[in-house]
Amino acid sequence: MSGIIGYGSYVPNHRITVEEIARVWGEDPESIKSGLNIKEKSVPSSDEDAATIAAEAARKAVYHSGIDAKEIGAIYVGSESHPYAVKPTATIVSEAISAGHNLTASDLEFACKAGTAGMQMLMGMTDSNMIKYGMTIGADTSQGRPGDALEYTASAGGAAFIIGKEKKEQIAELITTVSYTSDTPDFWRREGAGFPSHGGRFTGEPGYFRHITKATELLFEKTGMKANDFDYAVFHQPNGKFPILVAKKLGFEMKQIEHGLITPVIGNTYSGASLIGLAATLDHAKPGEKILVTSFGSGAGSDSFAIEVREAIEEKRKRSEKVHEMISKNKVYIDYSNYLKSRGSIKKK
Amino acid sequence: MERSSASLWRKINSRYNMVGNECTNCGKTYFPPRLICKDCGRKSKMQSKKFNGAGEVYSYSKIHVPTEAFKDSAPYTVGIIKLDEGPLVEGHIIDDGKGVNIGMRVKSAFRRMDVDGEEGLIYYHFKFVPE
Ligand SMILES: [Zn+2]
Repeated sequence: MSGIIGYGSYVPNHRITVEEIARVWGEDPESIKSGLNIKEKSVPSSDEDAATIAAEAARKAVYHSGIDAKEIGAIYVGSESHPYAVKPTATIVSEAISAGHNLTASDLEFACKAGTAGMQMLMGMTDSNMIKYGMTIGADTSQGRPGDALEYTASAGGAAFIIGKEKKEQIAELITTVSYTSDTPDFWRREGAGFPSHGGRFTGEPGYFRHITKATELLFEKTGMKANDFDYAVFHQPNGKFPILVAKKLGFEMKQIEHGLITPVIGNTYSGASLIGLAATLDHAKPGEKILVTSFGSGAGSDSFAIEVREAIEEKRKRSEKVHEMISKNKVYIDYSNYLKSRGSIKKK
Repeated sequence: MERSSASLWRKINSRYNMVGNECTNCGKTYFPPRLICKDCGRKSKMQSKKFNGAGEVYSYSKIHVPTEAFKDSAPYTVGIIKLDEGPLVEGHIIDDGKGVNIGMRVKSAFRRMDVDGEEGLIYYHFKFVPE
């Protein structure tokens, strides 16, 4: 069975607080902080984009895995903020990690879940011996329209996972996966539009909650496992509140999700969110422990995974940079005008 | 700034990664790569080497009046980094508000260098960030 050989994540150093955004729009920061369960969010520098974030995460994943990047046979990058409309981010990443040219690569898009869709593709490709290793990345530099509620959460970050079949090399086995998908108009961005739109009443219950619940229940059914059979759970986290609510609804307790709940301090990294949550959980997990991951992408769909941690995680741990350490190190707070400048909203003539 | 995609493509390996070389006869390292070793001449045995990019700031200067390509990033810092693996490498140093100083530890990062207007190519390049 295929499994995770290595992983890496990257979150930009800049942060903007809820207070600072609320100050500009004359809103009450305390009610936003408690309503969304978010304190601050990451902001990319003007020289960072989904490709640079993906490349940084990918380099860490290669180092953590201990493999030669030239043995990677497929690279998939899931994002809704690919820097080019036509020209794959995956090719930039492959060159940045010196993966060579004997590989297949593609960019994926499914709102916030394209990175886990890539993981499913690689499970099939490695299990069938089509490739030895594959890399999937979820990375985004999401934007919220100034003044929109999404502005408090839309942030930047990403994580990369290397998938392979060799048991001895696996830090965790991907036991199985299942998905739930439907045509739901909860969130979209048309080609060329600078900012996404959201379908108000479609965003919560019919979007996020329905898809995550259905996919997770399908996984329970397929594996015969229940919430308390897992040591940890990671859900997509568009804010700090939704994952707690959906976890409760599915029978999980706070202690199962707290290690992977990162959005309250970095914001919603979109395609990066559930994968960074998984990375933070793996940072902490021990051999034999089980992790459930359910992503969500608007439009809409959820991919659910049952994962079991293996022995190799201990030996590879010395080469990993822990998510919680990375996101608290070198943090720089910026004000709203520098935030707009780094997002390209104000330019010099 | 107009540039040919051909010249971008030829240099991609040394823009994305610090790929220089090493003379296996004497151990001296070079970036950018040299055809022959300065010390060994005809006895040179040159072999490609990818540097990991960690090092310290050897000299730097802060640019307040930028060239056209970097008008939105000014002021920015450029400098020379003494890599742990030997060579001196020029590059942009990201000052994250805490200042840059001589001897400061840095590592390499993958960033955008500049873009050809609204519709042209995006140029990625290594830069140095505080370790
Ligand atoms: Zn020599």
